[in-house]
Amino acid sequence: MSLEAKNLTFRYPRRGKRPVLEHVSLTLEPGERLGLSAPSGRGKTTLCRLLAGYQRPTGGEILLDGQPLSRYRGACPVQMIWQHPETALDPLLPLEASLNEAGPVDGRLLEALHIQPQWLRRYPQELSGGELQRFCIARALGPRTRYLLCDEITAMLDLITQAQIWQFLLEEAQRRELGLLVVSHNSALLERVCGQIATLPPAGVP
Amino acid sequence: MESLLQVEHLSISFTQYDRGTRQRSLPVIRDLSLAIRPAQVTAVVGSSGSGKSLLAHGILGILPYNAHLEGTIAYGGEPLTQRRAEALRGREIVLVPQGVTYLDPLMEIGPQLRRGRRDDAARGESRAVLARYGLGPEVERMYPFELSGGMARRALIATAVVERPKLIIADEPTPGLDARAAGRILGHFRELAEEGAGVLLITHDLELALTIAHRVLVLYAGETIEEADAADFAAGALRHPYTRALWNALPQNGFVPIPGTQPYPGEIPVGCQFAPRCARCQEVCRSGGPVPDTALRGGWVRCYFPEGGERP
Repeated sequence: MSLEAKNLTFRYPRRGKRPVLEHVSLTLEPGERLGLSAPSGRGKTTLCRLLAGYQRPTGGEILLDGQPLSRYRGACPVQMIWQHPETALDPLLPLEASLNEAGPVDGRLLEALHIQPQWLRRYPQELSGGELQRFCIARALGPRTRYLLCDEITAMLDLITQAQIWQFLLEEAQRRELGLLVVSHNSALLERVCGQIATLPPAGVP
Repeated sequence: MESLLQVEHLSISFTQYDRGTRQRSLPVIRDLSLAIRPAQVTAVVGSSGSGKSLLAHGILGILPYNAHLEGTIAYGGEPLTQRRAEALRGREIVLVPQGVTYLDPLMEIGPQLRRGRRDDAARGESRAVLARYGLGPEVERMYPFELSGGMARRALIATAVVERPKLIIADEPTPGLDARAAGRILGHFRELAEEGAGVLLITHDLELALTIAHRVLVLYAGETIEEADAADFAAGALRHPYTRALWNALPQNGFVPIPGTQPYPGEIPVGCQFAPRCARCQEVCRSGGPVPDTALRGGWVRCYFPEGGERP
């Protein structure tokens, strides 16, 4: 019962012949917190996009409980939280609409994330990055979610908000036994949050 | 030493439509003073929504039309008027903006660096500046969408410093970069400072600010609440309770959050802005008007009961 990436290869069209990811494998168990760090441009976000099913790998496969991820219908059990919340929310929708995209969100989550009721009717450009990120987190924590991919989710936040959000996420992950993949450049953060830390090797290195 | 940029009692407010045609004024920055000296890195640290970016835009004279600025800004000893700001910006005073969307999406990186010049010297310069930030010559022929987040960030910094500026205002220059690239870029800012430029580093990342800044100014809800020497942080000689909370929220210093959020512009409480979240808060903090700033141990603080003063 785990999320497995087997021998993933991915290349973007028109970026020469070099793949971004080559023969990448990883396994994430429920309740596990795995940190992932690598220099920029190495394909960390691409890996998350593949794992969350936004993009199909050029080679290799992704299995969730032994079944290919693409077999799942409806809200994906693997959810990704993006680095830039302002680009992950529809600018033309009030936040309430974006929040409930994948079904209604538990009121308890809103409270725990300190989402003020008056924010629900606002539009993304009216709120700060930290506030928007709270919406993205609440949206990703639907009842079907079992794995969370956190792609540098607090890099744009001030320290106190960062600590608040991680405290919440760790409690939630523990309560629901979520598997977490935490991508960050901040090694102090990874050490604090994760049980294990892996680095992504450059493509072409076996 | 004479300061390169002197900002005194700066206030910025926005005119907004409230209900129907009724207007209201929304104060975003209140009574902010700072000085930037040549060959020094001054960091302004604050959380999002504290008015950091507006400070940069105010200095450059690129505030939106409904913004109103009070106070004085002097550059090189003379007032920095709108006209003078327009003449100097992009040449002597440059901004490294926060978003990578400031790159022109329809133009290759090379021409963006050269700004219309096509001679060999310009080509050499643009290659050199790319190489300085660890980008190869092939990046010249790429469009912004072909770059990863970190590479776009470095290209953006390259466009700013290609002109050898005297004052660099860097607004969150490092998020999305790995520690090595971030360290290298901050190292370049420090080098530019050592060559005589003044650097104003605007960031929410206290840890990075401390690695290169000489002086640190902490912003909370549009007010400067403390100015400290960078060394005061590690030495534990902080003055304001909020600065202390920031320090304790670092993953390596305990990762302790304090409850609550910064008040919004327009919902500013009377008295001290930090009072509702402060453990040292007293009656006088919640009543009265704006809290005066007091000089303390080589810096200053906007607090009635600063740490290291008498106990509340």
